[in-house]
Amino acid sequence: MPRKKRPKLAVWKFASCDGCQLSLLDCEDELLAIAGELEISYFVEASRAVVKGPYDLSLVEGSIAAPHDVPRIQQVRRISKFVLAIGACATAGGIQGLRNFADVQEYIPLVYARPQYIEALETSTPISGHIQVDLELQGCPINKRQLVEAVSAFLQGRKPVMPAHSVCLECKMRGNICVQVAHGTPCLGPVTHAGCGALCPTYQRGCYGCYGPKETPNTASLSAWLGSRLGMTEPELLRLFRTFNAGAPAFRQESEAHEH
Amino acid sequence: MSAASVNLGDEVVMEPEVLQQLLESLRSQGYQVIGPTLRQGSLVYAPLSSLADLPRGWGDAQEGGVFRLRKLKAPIFFGYGVGQQSWKQFLYPPRRRTWQARREENGFQIQLPDEDAVKFAFIGVHACDLAAIAVQDKVFLEGPFTDPHYRARREQAFILAVNCGHPCGTGFCVSMGSGPQVTQGFDLALTEILQGTRHFLVAAAGSARGQQLIAQVPHQKALPEQRQAAANLTAQAARQMGRTLETADLKSLLYRNYENPRWDQVAARCLNCGNCTLVCPTCFCHTLEDTTDLTGTQAERWRRWDVCHTVDFTYLHGGGIRNTIRSRYRQWLTHKLATWIDQFGVLGCVGCGRCITWCPVAIDITEEIQAIRESELTTPPAAKE
Ligand code: SF4
Ligand code: SF4
Ligand code: SF4
Ligand code: SF4
Ligand code: SF4
Repeated sequence: MPRKKRPKLAVWKFASCDGCQLSLLDCEDELLAIAGELEISYFVEASRAVVKGPYDLSLVEGSIAAPHDVPRIQQVRRISKFVLAIGACATAGGIQGLRNFADVQEYIPLVYARPQYIEALETSTPISGHIQVDLELQGCPINKRQLVEAVSAFLQGRKPVMPAHSVCLECKMRGNICVQVAHGTPCLGPVTHAGCGALCPTYQRGCYGCYGPKETPNTASLSAWLGSRLGMTEPELLRLFRTFNAGAPAFRQESEAHEH
Repeated sequence: MSAASVNLGDEVVMEPEVLQQLLESLRSQGYQVIGPTLRQGSLVYAPLSSLADLPRGWGDAQEGGVFRLRKLKAPIFFGYGVGQQSWKQFLYPPRRRTWQARREENGFQIQLPDEDAVKFAFIGVHACDLAAIAVQDKVFLEGPFTDPHYRARREQAFILAVNCGHPCGTGFCVSMGSGPQVTQGFDLALTEILQGTRHFLVAAAGSARGQQLIAQVPHQKALPEQRQAAANLTAQAARQMGRTLETADLKSLLYRNYENPRWDQVAARCLNCGNCTLVCPTCFCHTLEDTTDLTGTQAERWRRWDVCHTVDFTYLHGGGIRNTIRSRYRQWLTHKLATWIDQFGVLGCVGCGRCITWCPVAIDITEEIQAIRESELTTPPAAKE
């Protein structure tokens, strides 16, 4: 059957662990359909064959953390029609964004035997801090259900189903009993962006916010409760908000509020 | 006594173990029997395979933002209040595919979902939850548009209600006139009595289905003192309500307090997480989600629960119209206790207390109403303009 030209897909990596790209390879059942609908043109994690740009859809993983990342992300934007930033690194600066709270030059010599080989920016920042991003998928890592939804929406030219509300909605709809109310386990679900399907509370653990802030998060109120009623100390609250999404503005402000 | 027929409302007495026969009889009539079980360290409504699945000897302690199971001294079957879940999840499930379409050679083919009208028997329905079902009936069945899926499940459901006999931590059914005694809307109502070593159930049928069920199991006419014991139990529970809500004038109270500064105070605490509406047994809001597969061959429309605490809830072209937490919390409270009356002729709250217990930061609607009332005593509303 003659078929229309398939849109070209590129997958780019910046400072990251590759976990989010792997969720593309994880789409076992859908991978054939994805490969059927998109020409996988640049995806070094999966294949060394490279088809030249421009690309219709670019998935961007990772944060901007080294000087050479800066011109490279500009180049990605120039040759991509649609940029989809995937994961906490690309949307919030990632766990390596912890450097934003410290002096990089001070600790590089302590960590690396040959500090002169290290070229690091003072900060690790999200893709949207450098270029216009068309869609972001939060999460550390993102999950494949979300990715398939975003790619399907792109292919069909429709709006993706990607609500920005709390994890609590997914949690309650799944029939989970609230771990914070029923067990006194601190949970960041009320301030965290949905998308994971309330994975942690499903296994009776508190959410630690790996999907980053939801829309209009009220972190101060949740912190006040976790501190006064569940006995979390100020350093614990600081660490709670300073993980994979430490650089997301709402979580950054909240962790800074517990710095003394 | 033999299986003589009982009149509606007549109180009879049965041994607690008869419950097992009731469950078996319901199952043999094709019901999926659902009741409280101990799971996830809490109360969860789930299929009951036998009497042993009920949380016998367990109760609960509830306050704002806190729910704990509590071991009781008395080995009773129904010693707890309402848990996080309600029967709404069965009659009005969180997610449901409303239709799907398949692309074909010349156009597309619409497929409607199979009617999954499960026949449920709900075991241990409290008075507040019976009232909540009646409120949802008004929403889904009595307006100009009715929900056929809800109707199919609702009409078939068998309701075995229980009268509450224990202190309720966050509930205020007495204020709302919805409990703790069940008065209508059930097939069979039970009151569990434990007096020293004497343990029995006082039962009354509320429908022909309930009468038939009683007729199938051993029972006796209740003696006056047994009926009195049942009445005393709910009367005692009524004196031990955790909360009260003054309902007089509620609607106009809220209508004249749109700009009360109290909304700012509660908005500073509210997480806009949506838990209060998710656990509320009367909240009925949902959204529609449209998706396709990767190839564009299959499209689906899903209905899923939504809550007025999200920005998207009021999304119109260009954005949401309730963009502040203040406006969204105000919407929730005002809908429950004021605009609901204009919409459906009843209050949208039955006083079950779930929104108070399961709010992660213990926001309490009774306290909010009280604060608004008190603010009027100090500042007359006219002076606030
Ligand atoms: S367990 Fe966490 S995510 Fe789930 S409802 Fe409770 S607070 Fe929300
Ligand atoms: S529950 Fe929270 S921490 Fe767990 S996967 Fe989801 S967003 Fe991440
Ligand atoms: S508003 Fe709160 S107390 Fe009233 S019915 Fe809903 S959950 Fe229960
Ligand atoms: S209170 Fe909110 S979620 Fe509940 S029925 Fe009203 S608008 Fe819907
Ligand atoms: S009142 Fe409580 S449960 Fe409801 S949205 Fe606000 S914080 Fe969440």
